[in-house]
Amino acid sequence: MVTELFQYTIWIPVLVFLSFLIVGLSGDKLSNQAAGLISTSTISIGMVLSYYTAYEYFFVHGLVNGIYETFIPVNFEWLRFSETLSINMGMYIDGISVMMLVVVTTISTMVHIYSFGYMKGEVGFNRFYSFLSLFSFSMLGLVIATNIFQMYVFWELVGVSSFLLIGYYYFKPSAVAASKKAFIVTRFADFFFLVGILTLSYYTGTFDFIELTDPSGAAIGSFAGASFLGIGALTWALTLIFIGGAGKSAMFPLHIWLPDAMEGPTPVSALIHAATMVVAGVYLVARLFVMFVLGSPEALEIVMWVGAFSALFAALIAITQTDIKRVLAFSTMSQIGYMMLALGVSGYGGEEGLGFTASMFHLFTHAMFKALLFLGAGAIIHAVHSNEMTDMGNLRKYMPITHITFLVAALAISGIPVFSGFFSKDEILAAAYASNKMVFFIGWAVAGITAFYMFRLYYTIFWGEEREYTHTPHEAGKSMTYPLLFLAFMAAVSGFIPFNELVTADGLDFHAHFHWNIAIPSVAIAAIGIWVATIMYKNPSKTADEVSAKIPILYRWSHHKFYMDEVWMFLTHKIIFKLIAWPTAWFDKKVVDGSFDGIAWVTNKVSDKIKGLQSGQLQQYAATMVMGLLGFVLVLLYWMTK
Amino acid sequence: MDRLSLLIVIPVLTIVVIGFMHDYKKVRLTAAIGAGIQLLQTIWLMFSYLGERRSGNTEEMLFGKDVVWYDHGILNIHYAVGVDGLSTALLLLTGIIVFAGVFASWEITNKTKEFFITLFLLATGVFGFFISIDLFTLFVFYEVAVIPMYLLIGIWGTGPKEYSAMKLTLMLMGASALLLVGILGIYFNSAPDGGELTFNFIQISNVVMDHGAQRFFFPLTFIGFGVLGALYPFHTWSPDGHASAPTAVSMLHAGVLMKLGGYGALRIAVMLMPEAASEMAWIFIILAVIGSVYGAYSAVAQKDLKYINAYSSVSHLALILFAALMFTQTAHTGAVLQMISHGLITALFFALIGMIYSRTHTRNIHEMGGLLKVMPVLGVSYLIAGFASLGLPGFSAFIAEMTIFVGAFENHDLFTRVSTVLVVSSIVITAVYILRAAGIMLMGTINNKEFELLPDARWYDKVAVFLLIAVIAGIGIFPNWLVEIIYTDLGPMFERMSSQIF
Repeated sequence: MVTELFQYTIWIPVLVFLSFLIVGLSGDKLSNQAAGLISTSTISIGMVLSYYTAYEYFFVHGLVNGIYETFIPVNFEWLRFSETLSINMGMYIDGISVMMLVVVTTISTMVHIYSFGYMKGEVGFNRFYSFLSLFSFSMLGLVIATNIFQMYVFWELVGVSSFLLIGYYYFKPSAVAASKKAFIVTRFADFFFLVGILTLSYYTGTFDFIELTDPSGAAIGSFAGASFLGIGALTWALTLIFIGGAGKSAMFPLHIWLPDAMEGPTPVSALIHAATMVVAGVYLVARLFVMFVLGSPEALEIVMWVGAFSALFAALIAITQTDIKRVLAFSTMSQIGYMMLALGVSGYGGEEGLGFTASMFHLFTHAMFKALLFLGAGAIIHAVHSNEMTDMGNLRKYMPITHITFLVAALAISGIPVFSGFFSKDEILAAAYASNKMVFFIGWAVAGITAFYMFRLYYTIFWGEEREYTHTPHEAGKSMTYPLLFLAFMAAVSGFIPFNELVTADGLDFHAHFHWNIAIPSVAIAAIGIWVATIMYKNPSKTADEVSAKIPILYRWSHHKFYMDEVWMFLTHKIIFKLIAWPTAWFDKKVVDGSFDGIAWVTNKVSDKIKGLQSGQLQQYAATMVMGLLGFVLVLLYWMTK
Repeated sequence: MDRLSLLIVIPVLTIVVIGFMHDYKKVRLTAAIGAGIQLLQTIWLMFSYLGERRSGNTEEMLFGKDVVWYDHGILNIHYAVGVDGLSTALLLLTGIIVFAGVFASWEITNKTKEFFITLFLLATGVFGFFISIDLFTLFVFYEVAVIPMYLLIGIWGTGPKEYSAMKLTLMLMGASALLLVGILGIYFNSAPDGGELTFNFIQISNVVMDHGAQRFFFPLTFIGFGVLGALYPFHTWSPDGHASAPTAVSMLHAGVLMKLGGYGALRIAVMLMPEAASEMAWIFIILAVIGSVYGAYSAVAQKDLKYINAYSSVSHLALILFAALMFTQTAHTGAVLQMISHGLITALFFALIGMIYSRTHTRNIHEMGGLLKVMPVLGVSYLIAGFASLGLPGFSAFIAEMTIFVGAFENHDLFTRVSTVLVVSSIVITAVYILRAAGIMLMGTINNKEFELLPDARWYDKVAVFLLIAVIAGIGIFPNWLVEIIYTDLGPMFERMSSQIF
């Protein structure tokens, strides 16, 4: 409903945008201190405002007659297409958008503070902060979108901010290549997204989320019977839109950009490629969830399988990676797969909608513990000047705070009780169990693998043998450890937030009971994972090498990420460059252009031949004229007698 | 003197004044002043236009004037001018690009006087074209705009300039021949019920031309204009022409002159002969789809910055012709928006390419690298131009492209659906060639030691570049005023047209 309430929320994105303009346009005129302070203070104000919004929404104004309502405090026309269709810009305040406001501003603020220490002395410090502001603004615009086209607008903007931040070290060829890859892969996915939006709006005549996701089904009904190639038009539209989401959220097979994106500075990986932007796809599906669940269960099934497969696929790769950030990247992909899977198995209304709630719950807890893992990794990389796990070992005695916070995050992601991940993962598995046993089994197995690779990472970094460090590693400064402590606190306790009462598919709360039949086996498999990792990696031993030597093929495939990069490389370079672009350019030069040159050449030759006619001899002219006239008359006569 | 004719008089006066100058510094200063006055005029025109519309003036063509020019025997030629939202917007575009173009040619020292005289002659033609509502006058101005290209490329160009100039001129002249036949054909069919023949396209749009005549003259007119609008396969003059042309000429040519083609194709070919247009649309839709995808792929394979941008223009201009054939008001609005947006962005690109070339003396991207570090202002501007060109929200191309796509999607037959999706796919490839060029040229390590000392943008470079960026972002962030002008003013035309075909 349109409302006077919550109008102050518009300041959250506006302030951050102002910070981008000020820091971005002033360039080097601003001191590093000032640039960092402006960015950090605006996003901090945004965080406070978001918390206030969350309080007001969930506990004061949100609940109207027992249902969490949607509020539209701001909405104005931005671009009109026709009498009926236009893109609006506005604020959409409901359970999931408020939750996302909290997530985005919290993680972004922590990253802003952390970067004071991490990026200190880097060339382009101001540029970094202006890009952070640009990203935060775009991400906020995305989550508060009132319509799908507004979301697309900001969707593209987060894409470009991600490009700019991955390519922050633009003089490094690997960073340039990674940023390009990230942009183009997601852009490719966005093409489907756009076609999906166009299809959706063609049938429903609107972009507006409120109208599209009206549970009484007017928008869904407008698709009545329309189909293409035997598949319903709504399924087409939603599947196309989901491809866009899968690109942004690094779902198989569009995930290839995510590991490379780790070329960006580590705080960026924490903010964009772990906690916020990569979950945009999940958020998109959640936003349109009513359409999926009531209009096209087929499309929702696709979401489920893509999510489940990606979760397993990425977890298997994470086992063998040695770059600490890449392990975390694949872990992110795997966890996002969890969220997708949860949406995919969800129903609508009451406890049927457990999957939806679980997905949002996991999005929240994952943002906290994954940002923590990345920021912890950043502290470690800062200390040992390497991303490789093989260069690390026994760091717990040098970096106690990082060690403890990292351990908290590892326990949370492994789903060990009382830590946040346990609760959200339990709900996901419970929802899956109720809907599809196969998917449940995949999710359960992934839980074990996750615990294993996380503790492999943990033990190799903090235990194991001491390495030769160029200089003794030491704990990072306060600006870096405080965010770690804050996030560790969140990762430990945020599981106790009653999501089932606050964020549900239909706005009604439901009573969630505890699923012992799920919790016991899932904790058991996590414990086994940790136990195996302890044996193999806690103390220096050859066990790991021996195991991998026994299954060389599996090891190699996992280590090479199932050769997906090679497949894509083949598709893009061999096909697009060698088989399409080069031949097209050649064809244009030689054939199309060549034929025009040919016409010119022929004209030239002909004129050369006939220039003799212009001889200046009067008799010849007269003869030609007479002949011509004769011919003309003959043609005329023929024409008239016909 | 009426105010629209002033738009032709000022460039002519500038030419005359430049004619008396001898020092190249004075020449370019005069040129800057002339272009500045012209820009102010177009801005003023835009404001008066908005004022008129706001005060409720719904007349189709504002500030009109009609003088008989030649009225003997069978010909009835008028000097008839007038503007609506479409032409006002395009005039403003021309004013901006000419102004930026003068600053981008600040360093021309070879025959400066002659250069600016020819450049302003070209501008005169373009301004005249956009204010004309008499087809014959329009055609005359069209020729005035096209012919100086030959001299500008042939004399001040680079590379195989004579070849390129000749090719460009011959192909455009060939197109003019078709166009002339088309225009005369329209004229002789402008009064099917007897009465006086007319060249006035507003009057003609009120009559239904004979169907047979439409079928004969539509393709001639559409191709005639289409060649200038880089219609596949008649686009080949453009890459060579742009590659050889001096900076300001590329800017004006791709920025404005090629829009004459799109404007004519939409406003004259499609609007005056809608029956034939809708009948034959499929042929040209196929050509436009090929143009947009093919142009993009060709751009991927180029090494020369100007060729990349020229093929990118082929791809983006195809969108204009595509949108013109979609027969929805939204798509037509998109076509005009795309003319404006592409005009600004491609002018910005060519300006930057010229500036980079004047420093590095190469346009081969593989011979450059890491330039962002050496010339941050130019580098960042190039990146911005790239993002604008690949349709990032916040810049004008996004507005234009989305309007075209949404408008095209209002058609529901499978053929237009499939062609629309193909056209949309070209924006992915756009990202590939833009980022590829930017990645190789601007990022990475500096691979040529000599480049480390190159200077960044000078003040006059900044005038040209910042002005264009400001307008591109301005439209991208606040699009609605412009969209409204165009959409509303297309209304009456569109109604007349659709009454004939639907």
